[in-house]
Amino acid sequence: MSEQKHAGINLKNKDRDTHQQAESPLFGFWVFMMSDAVIFALLFATYGVMMHNTAGGPGTHQSFELKSAFIETVLLLVSSFTFGMASLSMKYRPERLRHLVGWLIVTLLLGMTFLGFELHDFHSMAGKGAVPHRSGFLSAFFALVSTHGLHVASGCVWTIIMLIQLGVFGLSDQVKTRIMRLGLFWHFLDIIWVGIFSVVYLQGLL
Amino acid sequence: MENHAEYRKELRKYATGLGWALLLTAIPFAVVAWHLLSPVWALTLIFILGLTQVVAHFKYFLHIGRSSHRDDLNLLLFSTLIVLLMVGGTLVVLFNLHSRMV
Amino acid sequence: MNASPLWHFFFGELNYNSLPFYSPIATIGAGAEVFGALAAIALITYLGKWRYIWKEWLTSLDHKKIGIMYVMLALVMLSRGVIEGIMMRTQQAMAINNPGYLPPEHFGQLFSTHGTIMIFFMAMPFLTGLINVVMPQQIGARDVRFPLLNAISLWMTVAGAGMILISLVIGKFSTGGWSGYPPYTELHTMPSVGPDYWIWALTLSSIGTTLTGLNFAVTIYKERAPGMSFFKLPLFTWTSLCTSILMIFAMPPLTVCTLMLALDRYADFHFFTNGMGGDMMNYANLFWLFGHPEVYILILPSFGVFSEVFATFSSKRLYGYKSLVIATMVIAVLSFTVWLHHFFTMGQSAGVNAFFGIATMLIGIPTGVKIYDWMLTMYRGRVRLTTPMLYSVLFMVLFVIGGLTGIILATPPVDFQLHNTTFLVAHFHNMLIPGTLFGMLAGYNFWFPKAFGFRLNEALGKLSAWCFGIGFVLAFFPLYFTGIQGMPRRAQEIYNPAFAPYMYVAEVGAVILGLGLFALIAQLLVSLWQHKRTRVPLGDPWDARSLEWWSPCPAPEMNFYTVPKVHDRDQFMWMKEHGSAYVLPDKDAYEDIQMPNNSATAVVMGAAGFVGAFGLVWHIWWMAILGLVVVWGAVIARSFITHTHHTISADQLRDQHKAWLDKVAAAQPVSRDHETDPTNQGLAEVAP
Repeated sequence: MSEQKHAGINLKNKDRDTHQQAESPLFGFWVFMMSDAVIFALLFATYGVMMHNTAGGPGTHQSFELKSAFIETVLLLVSSFTFGMASLSMKYRPERLRHLVGWLIVTLLLGMTFLGFELHDFHSMAGKGAVPHRSGFLSAFFALVSTHGLHVASGCVWTIIMLIQLGVFGLSDQVKTRIMRLGLFWHFLDIIWVGIFSVVYLQGLL
Repeated sequence: MENHAEYRKELRKYATGLGWALLLTAIPFAVVAWHLLSPVWALTLIFILGLTQVVAHFKYFLHIGRSSHRDDLNLLLFSTLIVLLMVGGTLVVLFNLHSRMV
Repeated sequence: MNASPLWHFFFGELNYNSLPFYSPIATIGAGAEVFGALAAIALITYLGKWRYIWKEWLTSLDHKKIGIMYVMLALVMLSRGVIEGIMMRTQQAMAINNPGYLPPEHFGQLFSTHGTIMIFFMAMPFLTGLINVVMPQQIGARDVRFPLLNAISLWMTVAGAGMILISLVIGKFSTGGWSGYPPYTELHTMPSVGPDYWIWALTLSSIGTTLTGLNFAVTIYKERAPGMSFFKLPLFTWTSLCTSILMIFAMPPLTVCTLMLALDRYADFHFFTNGMGGDMMNYANLFWLFGHPEVYILILPSFGVFSEVFATFSSKRLYGYKSLVIATMVIAVLSFTVWLHHFFTMGQSAGVNAFFGIATMLIGIPTGVKIYDWMLTMYRGRVRLTTPMLYSVLFMVLFVIGGLTGIILATPPVDFQLHNTTFLVAHFHNMLIPGTLFGMLAGYNFWFPKAFGFRLNEALGKLSAWCFGIGFVLAFFPLYFTGIQGMPRRAQEIYNPAFAPYMYVAEVGAVILGLGLFALIAQLLVSLWQHKRTRVPLGDPWDARSLEWWSPCPAPEMNFYTVPKVHDRDQFMWMKEHGSAYVLPDKDAYEDIQMPNNSATAVVMGAAGFVGAFGLVWHIWWMAILGLVVVWGAVIARSFITHTHHTISADQLRDQHKAWLDKVAAAQPVSRDHETDPTNQGLAEVAP
């Protein structure tokens, strides 16, 4: 095998078999994420084009709240770190499943709290009349932000399934490579969120 | 304890990543919250720091770097090219159209 | 509507008026389709083959069988598409200052389904099928990298095709054309379910296509035989790789814009509406961000086929391999920089138009390089004019003409005159019929023995090639002239009698194209009937050059008995020349291998996708939710299954290999001049 590393955590020295098996699935998943990134890129472009099409409805200042955007950002950033801890537990302490499970649960809770805050945001926006069918701007906003939210929700469901599979199969090769892919996914969503808080919230609240 | 040293090295990597991420988030939020800069400069700063943060995430969380697999890097670069073409093209074309309708 | 709430809960918007009894033509069309489906079901039941079809085909994860099913889907959809084309040409030949036989709405549905079918459900499945059958064998792989994902792609595409087919029977299709531009396709201008059928059919197929692209790209990156560096890949594999990359990056814009249109129609969003801050120009932008790379998704695999065909049937090494590879890559990248030429007339400034016009013309350069390379491949070769070669030569002549009209259209001021005239119709048919269709049919004739173990009938193959060639010229060249004279495309009635003679010639051409389709079907049936006389079990009917022919025809489940070590671009020719093609290797060259078990997961997901999409179209919400739940449930359930592979032992491999080589040793090689005779059993004479 080459000495080059694939994306995300590398099990190279710890578990050579899984490392080799993981190479193609991880590359495949990397390809999938790039395709997904194009979807987000176009949602961003559409948002950029439609940002000023408020059609007399609420604009960015009436719709967004800086504080909850900040809290959501911190939640998601920390969850990326806790997933990193889960990956390290899997790599260095495979015999102590409790560490891995614990970090995954922490990540899951952070993700779900993030979703809770986001739903709360949407709810308070709706109270101010900022609903998707009010204007082109709000359509573009909701499409972009809830597509990201749906991804986070799928990530949460995926984490739950991995927790179940850890219970059923233990830390088998297959479960390991799946958690590695979930890791890529989770870190990727964080990167998309960096775009969202910069382009949508911060730009909108200038 | 080679194992332990390696563990600490990787742990430090994630921790550095978190530190950068928090810092690069805190600055633009602070700029916006307390109106520290004029809008044009603030926006420039937001975008520069945002891009920096994206790079930091790739480096510290996704472990993309010079020793990464060639295929992964090529793919990432090609994706960046396509995204730039599509987003840049969309903005240029549609703002050009908008400017001719006012 | 005065339907009761209960009816509405269970059946949504469905009612008696959804059935095709509003016009005799719709009734006949729907009747023919239903009759065809029932006849197929009856035939399978009569032959007692359900079990066989389920076990050997529908649940199979073998890339060769998946590929064959893709091609079968493509041929079925090709039949419907050609019939629709003939119907439209007949209407335009009849409707000169009179209403003809098709009412406007019906005509609108026809050009919408014709375009949608030909692009998404004929050309795409055809090329995906060919790549599926051939590419893994060309690179010495045992299967694609993700066999289950491959099956999921297939069944999602089939579900999308099913949506198009059922739209003929229940409800009406969109009249918005294959590109479905809003605001015309928005809810207030088109409240029928037509655009919804279009949206969900495309969504299903584009999910399938994205996953296919991913699968092929990873296969080519990670599963090549040892020694096969990128510059030893056969050219068809190269074009497959570039097509896959285009699929990965160009399908998302389509998904985005169709789903945005869906949000507009279902949830009252304002992406593309006239008022409320909608921006329909963004739709054109997003659609063609997909649409232009799509053109190269369609054309590149054909370029690959032609490269293989020209080399094989000229008995020569491909001329200018590296330039062909670089040209392919350049085309793939440039294809992302020209999308605006589809809407030069939308109103952007001259500078923007000029940029995209020049970028468009640039694509002509690498394409020209390819044409010269192919001509030089034939130059001083021993050319055999078999059916695939006939298609390839016809392609070369006709495609250059289409390319020239493309350069004309790429000039923005000229485009302002020709936009939305029949000139455009003639141009893109000139690219897609000789380019994509001829390439696919050349590949179909070329690799058919590889897939099924016997050759196709040559006489009928050539007849269909000539029909398609001549029919195309007669059907579409007149449209160039009418286009220059200002005849708009998609005209249901024609008000200028000067166009009449052109329309009559085009009608004759359309009928000849229909005969081509008929000959194609006849070729398949006659070849099936005569297959004992054309069997080529030893594997090499055309004195071929690349690795896919280094195994019996049809290839065994695992493609190869041993994984070859690759030394040369034309690896199989190299082996034949070095006398190593038919030698039994040492015992330790074999190893136990794992092959995927059959799985019903993908079929279930396809069926659920179809049901869910149908529910969405008709606002039957329980059905839509059910479909979605089953699709994801199947994925999750599958992830809990651990025994997904079976083993083929090294001994079995060696025994089978030996049996094949014994047959080869006993056979009489044939020279190239006799390759279409019954004496050809698939062992080529090594040329001196």
